[in-house]
Amino acid sequence: MAAVAQAPQSLNFELPEDLKLLKSTIREFVEKELWPAAAQVEDSDEIPAAILDKMSEMGLFGLPFAEEYGGAGMGELGYCVALEELGRASAAFSNLLGAHCSIGAMALHLDGSKELKDRFMPQLCAGDKLACFALSEPNAGSDAANIQTAARRDGDLFVLNGVKHYITSGDIADFASVFAVTDRSLGARGGITAFWVDLNAPGITRGPNDKKMGLSGSHTCELIFQDAQVPADRVIGKIGAGFLTAMKTLDMGRLSLGAGCVGTSQLMLEKAIAHAKDRVQFGKPIARQQAVQFMLADMATEIYAARNMVYNGAWKADRAERFTIEAAMVKRYCSDMAIRVVDRALQIHGGMGFMKETGIERVYRDARILAIYEGTNEIQRMIIAEELLK
Amino acid sequence: MKIVVTVKQVPDTNAEKAFDPATKRLNRSAIENVLNPFDEYAIEEALRIKEAAGADSTVTILTMAPQKGVDIVRKALGMGADNAAMLSDEAIGGSDTMATAYLISQALKHIGFDLILTGTQSTDAINSIVPAAVAEHLGIPALTYAKKVTIADGRVEIQRETDAGYQRVSAPLPALISVTKSINEPRYPTLKGIMGAKKKEIKALSLADIGADAARFGDAGSKTWVESFTPVSARGKGTVIQAQDPVEGAKQILEFLIAKKVV
Repeated sequence: MAAVAQAPQSLNFELPEDLKLLKSTIREFVEKELWPAAAQVEDSDEIPAAILDKMSEMGLFGLPFAEEYGGAGMGELGYCVALEELGRASAAFSNLLGAHCSIGAMALHLDGSKELKDRFMPQLCAGDKLACFALSEPNAGSDAANIQTAARRDGDLFVLNGVKHYITSGDIADFASVFAVTDRSLGARGGITAFWVDLNAPGITRGPNDKKMGLSGSHTCELIFQDAQVPADRVIGKIGAGFLTAMKTLDMGRLSLGAGCVGTSQLMLEKAIAHAKDRVQFGKPIARQQAVQFMLADMATEIYAARNMVYNGAWKADRAERFTIEAAMVKRYCSDMAIRVVDRALQIHGGMGFMKETGIERVYRDARILAIYEGTNEIQRMIIAEELLK
Repeated sequence: MKIVVTVKQVPDTNAEKAFDPATKRLNRSAIENVLNPFDEYAIEEALRIKEAAGADSTVTILTMAPQKGVDIVRKALGMGADNAAMLSDEAIGGSDTMATAYLISQALKHIGFDLILTGTQSTDAINSIVPAAVAEHLGIPALTYAKKVTIADGRVEIQRETDAGYQRVSAPLPALISVTKSINEPRYPTLKGIMGAKKKEIKALSLADIGADAARFGDAGSKTWVESFTPVSARGKGTVIQAQDPVEGAKQILEFLIAKKVV
């Protein structure tokens, strides 16, 4: 269809030149290095060291951070472009980067003092040191304000006691953003403080890795604090403002999590299309069955909607507009969408999709967590409703 | 040391390609173009030579491509090259291998060089003629098919890859080297490189800038032309052997291979 007329003004959905190059670079890296390693990561439950080195060399660990701290300075848009492409690889890679960039180091980046950032951000951006995010506890999941880990002031120190659990990369991270109660009488707003904690310090032990439904190659474990001493100058932001730091940090991670869902879903659609064209039943490719066509049509439509949500949200974030409601909507919709899309992709592959060889059953298992972590989709609906009704 | 790497935009190897029946040329606008994979090894080697040689060395990317080719130049700059020059003109279309080598050599004379690095071939034409022809135009030594490059005391020495092993070839600078895929593993553009690439200079060169003689390029200046083209005939359907009993199936396959004198 020819354009109706030259519009005097138009929305521009084209990526800037540098982000196009970012997209093609990460696509190539995923196709040549990460996708071929998927089975190895799945079987060994480890990311090969050689791949970690390449990720560091490329600067992936500094993706969303400012250039002055050694990051790439690509903004939320650039981060989403990269995470969309990384969504086409094993979830282990985006989980590692997500725990580090989206939340672990992000808390420090958002609210840390200049001194703390000058000291730690360069090594985090270079990938020399790895960060994780320690908020969840056995009795504080969705109800994050209910954390029990306590930080008691003792001169120039804080002394931490308590248990954090399900901490992604907790086994290998060098540092953690840890949230602990400094004044129980003040509740979540005023009583919780964020700390930048060296996980190799005395008084901190790491529990065994949890056994999970999926996400091979990405580990979660407990972090146990027993009279762990943290210098007072390692407080992130103000004393008592930690819960706000946690919530702001999680806001940032939601858009890029949605971007990853879009990439994963796109790959599943492509695999489903290829299989539907190739697989012959009843004397013709199954792609000629309307039942299959409708599944493909729904997958493509939902991916289209999801992708536009992500990039609209990223655009708002980069314009420094408030995007809390958008971030919650993106996280909720994109994760549910990815779970539906991979389910249909598996259905189109039939019995073959249930077998390990196609790699689709792995994506199916890995996708389920998307509706749970970084704020369950029920919590996202609460955030959306709160924004609507305030 | 001024190192220049000549690069080419080629159709994506995986893309389906079609020829335009009117011009008898590959229809490049309909397919995605990428940096010639062989050239990535030349860029990588240039960057390594620069890193070893020190601060006063530079790597310049030179390409002859339509404006859209700027994407491949940005990739090379993202890998770490310092700057680039791009020769773009519609009149260049139709230039054959020798006309191309003439234009590139003119551009090289214009921008200057101490060392020229190239891939051994492009994935679209696969002639492997341009590197040697460029060196001939420039009157400098051509050291081709290098799998190792050493530079010392104003001379370059390479290990020239052959079927049997390698030859040691050396020459004084300035010189041209074409490198093979076994020389290194090209780096990916780093994120900082990608962000920095947009700030690097891409100099636009015209045919006038490089003093190109109109009789030596384009359709008119080319000594070869495409007379006709024929699609490769599709491979026929293979023989499918179906057997309930795997031993019987294996026997039939073996008989087939014996009949074809494969085993």
